[in-house]
Amino acid sequence: MNLWDEFSKGIIKENPIFRLVLGMCPTLAVSTTAINGLGMGIASTVVLLGSNIVVSLVRSWVPARVRIPIYIVIIASFVTVTGMVMEAYFYNLYKSLGIFLPLIVVNCIILGRAEGFASKNSLLPSIVDAIGMGIGFTLALFILASIREALGSGTIFGINVFGASYRPILIMILPPGAFIALGLLMGAMNKLQKSEG
Amino acid sequence: MFREFFIIFISAVLVNNFVLVRFLGLCPFLGVSRKMDTAVGMGMAVIFVMTLSSLVTYLIYTYILRPFNLEYLQIIAFILVIASLVQLVEIILQKLSPNLYHSLGIYLPLITTNCAIMGLALLNIIKGYDLLRSLVFGFSAGTGFTLSLVLMAGIRERLEMADVPEHFKGFPITMILAGLISIAFLGFIAIVKM
Repeated sequence: MNLWDEFSKGIIKENPIFRLVLGMCPTLAVSTTAINGLGMGIASTVVLLGSNIVVSLVRSWVPARVRIPIYIVIIASFVTVTGMVMEAYFYNLYKSLGIFLPLIVVNCIILGRAEGFASKNSLLPSIVDAIGMGIGFTLALFILASIREALGSGTIFGINVFGASYRPILIMILPPGAFIALGLLMGAMNKLQKSEG
Repeated sequence: MFREFFIIFISAVLVNNFVLVRFLGLCPFLGVSRKMDTAVGMGMAVIFVMTLSSLVTYLIYTYILRPFNLEYLQIIAFILVIASLVQLVEIILQKLSPNLYHSLGIYLPLITTNCAIMGLALLNIIKGYDLLRSLVFGFSAGTGFTLSLVLMAGIRERLEMADVPEHFKGFPITMILAGLISIAFLGFIAIVKM
C-alpha cells in the first residue's frame, strides 16, 4: 500500500469540497473570513483524525448491523471534546463559528471516511487518510474564505490587501456570495483539471 | 401569541431561510433537487421529521439533560435521538400508512445526516424557545427548506434544456443558481424585526 497516494489523494484528486462536494454546509457558512475558514478546517481535521483512529482500532469488534450508530457516537464524542477545548482556549473563534462547531458531527466527510476508509483499513493508512483529507478540506476552505474576505471586506486575516481606496463588494460576505464564489471556484477547478489532463 | 408564532414562521421561511441564508441542509438541497416530485417528497419528509424532532429534543433537553447538569452531552444525545427517531418514523409509517411510506420511503434514511435537523435542535436551545414555540419553529424551518428545494427543482428542470458552459456543468452552475435565489431572498431581510 502506497501511503503517499493515500495522503495526497485528499488534497487534489479527491478533494472533499471541490471534487466530492461533501461538507457543504460548514464550507459555505463559515467562509466569511480567512481565520474562520482556517479554524473550521483545523477543528474538522482534528475530529476526522480522532474518529478515523478509533474507528480503525475497533473495526474488528463492531457488529456490521449497528456500525453507523457506533461511528456517530465516536464522532460526537470527539466533536464535544474539540468544542470544549476551543471554548477554553480560542473563545473568539468558538463564538464566531457558532452552531457550525457542534454541527461537525453531521459533516458527511467525517462519517464518509469512517465508513468508507477507516472501517476497512488498519491504523496507519487511516491516520494518513485523515490527515490528507483534513488538509484538502482545510485548504479548500481557506482558499474560498480568503477570496470572500478579500473581495468582501478588502482584507485577509484582518490585514488590508487592496489599499485604502478599495471599495468592498459587500455581497461577497453575505450568503449569496458564498454560493457564487464556490460555484465560480469549482468551475475554475474543472477547467484547470481539464487543461492538465 | 399568534402574532409571535406568525413572526417565527415568516422569519424561518423567508428571512432566515434554513438553506439559503443559514446554510443548513445543503446536501439534500443539492442532491435531490433535480426533479420536482422527488423534491416535494423530500420536503414533506423533512417537515414531518423536523416538527417531531423539535418536540423530542426539547423534552430530552428540558427533562433529562438540564436537571442532571448534562448539557455538555447534548451533541451525542441529539444525534442519537434524531437517528432513532428517523428509524422509528420509518417503522411506524410502514405499518400505518404504506402509501405515505412508499412516497417518502427512500428519503427518510437520508434525513439522519441532514444537518438542518441537528441545527434546528441546537437553535431551539440557543433561542430559548418553549415547547410550543419549538414546534412552530420546527414546522416553519421545514417549510422554508421545502420552499427552497421546490424553487431549485423548478429551475433545474428548465436548466436541462439550457446551454451551460462546459466547465460549469453540474455542481458549479447549481451553486451559482443557488446564489441568485439567495440574492432574491435578501429582499425579505427587513420585513421582520426580531
